[in-house]
Amino acid sequence: MRQVFPLIFERSVPGRRAHGLPPLDVPAVPLEELVPEGARRRTPPALPEVSELEVVRHYTLLSHRNFSIDQGFVPLGSCTMKYNPKLHEEVARLAGFARLHPYTPEELVQGALGLLYELAEELAKLVGMDAVTVQPAAGAHGELVGLLMIRAYFAHRGEERTKVIVPDSAHGTNPATAAMVGYRVVTVPSDARGNMDVGRLEAELGPDVAAVMLTNPNTLGLFEEQVDRIAELVHAAGAQMYLDGANLNAMLGITRPGDQGFDVMHTNLHKTFSTPHGGGGPGACAVAVKAHLEPFLPVPVVAKRGGRYVLDWDRPHSIGKVRAFYGNFANLVRAYAYVRTLGEEGLRAVAEHAVLHANYLRVRLAPYYEIPYDRICKHEFVASGVRQKRENGVTTKDIAKRLLDYGFHAPTIYFPLIVEEAIMIEPTETESLQTLDAFAEAMIAIHREAQETPEVVKTAPHTTPVRRLDEVRAARVPDLRWTPPGKSAP
Amino acid sequence: MRYIPTTPEERSHMLRTIGVESLEDLFGDIPEGVRLRSPLGLRRALADPELLAYFRQLAEQNAHADRLTCFAGAGAYDHFIPPAVWQLAARGEFLTAYTPYQAEITQGELQAGYEYQTMICELLGMEVANASMYDGASALAEVAVMSRDLTHRDRVVISGAVHPEYRQVLRTYTAPLGIEAIELPHREGYTSVEEAKKWVDGRCAALVIQQPNFFGGIEEAAALAEVAHAAGALFVVATADPLAFGLLAPPGEVGADIVAGEGQPLGNPLNFGGPYLGIIATRMQFVRRMPGRLVGATVDAEGKRGFVLTLQTREQHIRRERATSNICTNEFLNALAATIYLSLLGPDGVRQVAELCLQKAHYLKRRIAELPGYGIAFEGPTFHEFVVRTPLPAATLVRRLAREGFLAGVPLSRFDPRMRHHLLVCVTEARTREEMDRFTEALKRVGRPRQRASALVGRRG
Repeated sequence: MRQVFPLIFERSVPGRRAHGLPPLDVPAVPLEELVPEGARRRTPPALPEVSELEVVRHYTLLSHRNFSIDQGFVPLGSCTMKYNPKLHEEVARLAGFARLHPYTPEELVQGALGLLYELAEELAKLVGMDAVTVQPAAGAHGELVGLLMIRAYFAHRGEERTKVIVPDSAHGTNPATAAMVGYRVVTVPSDARGNMDVGRLEAELGPDVAAVMLTNPNTLGLFEEQVDRIAELVHAAGAQMYLDGANLNAMLGITRPGDQGFDVMHTNLHKTFSTPHGGGGPGACAVAVKAHLEPFLPVPVVAKRGGRYVLDWDRPHSIGKVRAFYGNFANLVRAYAYVRTLGEEGLRAVAEHAVLHANYLRVRLAPYYEIPYDRICKHEFVASGVRQKRENGVTTKDIAKRLLDYGFHAPTIYFPLIVEEAIMIEPTETESLQTLDAFAEAMIAIHREAQETPEVVKTAPHTTPVRRLDEVRAARVPDLRWTPPGKSAP
Repeated sequence: MRYIPTTPEERSHMLRTIGVESLEDLFGDIPEGVRLRSPLGLRRALADPELLAYFRQLAEQNAHADRLTCFAGAGAYDHFIPPAVWQLAARGEFLTAYTPYQAEITQGELQAGYEYQTMICELLGMEVANASMYDGASALAEVAVMSRDLTHRDRVVISGAVHPEYRQVLRTYTAPLGIEAIELPHREGYTSVEEAKKWVDGRCAALVIQQPNFFGGIEEAAALAEVAHAAGALFVVATADPLAFGLLAPPGEVGADIVAGEGQPLGNPLNFGGPYLGIIATRMQFVRRMPGRLVGATVDAEGKRGFVLTLQTREQHIRRERATSNICTNEFLNALAATIYLSLLGPDGVRQVAELCLQKAHYLKRRIAELPGYGIAFEGPTFHEFVVRTPLPAATLVRRLAREGFLAGVPLSRFDPRMRHHLLVCVTEARTREEMDRFTEALKRVGRPRQRASALVGRRG
């Protein structure tokens, strides 16, 4: 294979240094006296030996080989790739937050605990629930917390329930989480309008169902029009309503999950609340519950007693701990800064404009791409490349790759699974009309190319640092680490 | 409205294009009964300067490590972070990027991920590492489940010298799956090989230890690995500070089948506990049961080297309820910081950091051992942490020393009520002899039996 851009290891020259570590300022004791013979390292790790400037250049150049919101439009459906405010970055890096040890005594971290308390309070109001934990590290981690709480709740009541129902449009994390908590997963199909099929749900509900996991708006970008009816049925069966709140952006200040009948929900703070995605993480997540589930929250819970904030560990019904310490704190600082910057009116405007922008793009693309569920959408919509595939042999993947040549990140593709050749587009409220138009023009141009010069689309991308990559080879012959010359790969 | 670029004219244009009259028309699909029609009562919005002032005021209420000289560790370490680490990692191109699902335009993060995986393998002496998990505790919990899947045995034996919060998290993850977690009580701060032999048997999926352990002790890893392997169990090594392996035998060299660790010490700020960096590394033969994202090298259509996410059939978006885990995100940005940090240190730097930690910690350990009323709780080799027996309750001591400008350590009563007079003290390369000497003096002052005010008055009189 041709190597066009070296690995940091390939820049290494023996003896080169990039650190400014201090000399030892205490009397040195022979190592043999401190570390038993068999416990000492014999060979140094093959880390790169480079200068500081080389490190700086290498990672700066690597950043140029990356694409991000700061560079352009990222219309990934279900990911809510909105602008990540620079002010909130600055706030999160204040020494009082960034340099704070998690085991500093409570009375010396009142600002941090107060922040966590206020964030939980604001989120609870926003979603219409009674209590909130911000400990989970990400959405899937929040799902785990939510389902563990449901499991603990039923165990406490002495009820044996073994099944969790998810719609066929659900994120993959929903069934995966249910399995992690030991539940059997039952899938219910969607109906012709893109809602959960209520008749089929009713048939599956029974005394063995612990929870129904619903995403609202769902992954088709559609509001579950019968959510109140679903909640009634689920509660009549004694089961719990779980909301996958990945798509909360569309509902801020418009409708609250608590009022829709949900008992527990998670929301991804790196989506709706604008904490940066960081190339795939760290995320952050809040789990909100109704009062009957509050005793089961993970420990510790930030509480207020006599005007002071405390960490409450004395919660006998708690599911326990799901991670070390208290949450992805630095991201919680950013999320709270976001809530306080926007306030009530601002958050409502976020939802309104996210929905406005999505519908605008939907209408602009509808003449060219099939929209399987073509009704007013919420923050995102799902188009399909079936027409291009059938008529021109151009797949959704080809269209996605061609978009990269036009300077856009591709939308989410092949999800949800129930839409053939799915193209899931979420523009967010922070993109301008000009960006939306430019994206629509690119999609329309690709539609024309598919008809006129399909090869150009099928062999895309053409202008990126590398051309289309062989994913099959990567999986068949896994090469998961660099191996020093002369050593054999594991 | 802040961060929304759409002008009233543009809004009207979009509404007309959609064919509706007002924003309200876009929400007609929501049943009226669940519409929000009253104010939420949120706190008022803050303009930018007000916001900064408010958060500064919150930050000021915290006794952070620039204000209190930090001798606390216990899973969160105050190592020096070269400024280059975050000036690079926080570049918008990395910070605001998504998961690299479109590999052709995200080679930057993918290549950094591949470099990260390599460096973690090198540091830990393992064959393969994933591109990160949430944190050390949850990584260890996932590894317990992975051990069950690999061995088809439903019991893990975990040393009582593993971080108490890691043990708690492991129990949270394993209990619903019917995996039994047996705790091996530590013997004077170490995992006992003899005790391990009693519990690790043919029903055991894994023996889990921590290196260096929660109390700072250097465990007899090789001997414990033998115990696990003799019973056909996996040997799982947790670590809260991988920098120790700049000096200590890496887990892969002493028989570890899986390593689960915390990568915060590799260039990540204390951040009041998160985000941190979960590490999992294992043998190549186990890779298909490993949770979490993996970056692999491949070629593009022109034969050029490039990187992609690979072996995704393990993951939830493909395998759904049969996935190895529900994990979807990772902690890429923290892994990137670790990659830059380890590049800056190099092989020489990681050894030096480890040696500085070790030597300085032993200096302080000896100084404290000499103090009247104090003692070292456990005998045996330690890395950069050790447990001090304190003349007054450790939590009280920590509060008093905070007034003297020190975060003296972590009182172990926090985790075990029987350890009221035990303080876990940590020294990294960032501490100086001068700070340690002042700290020792302060300990001496504060630890002295308090004289009654009346006695003092009397003497003066």
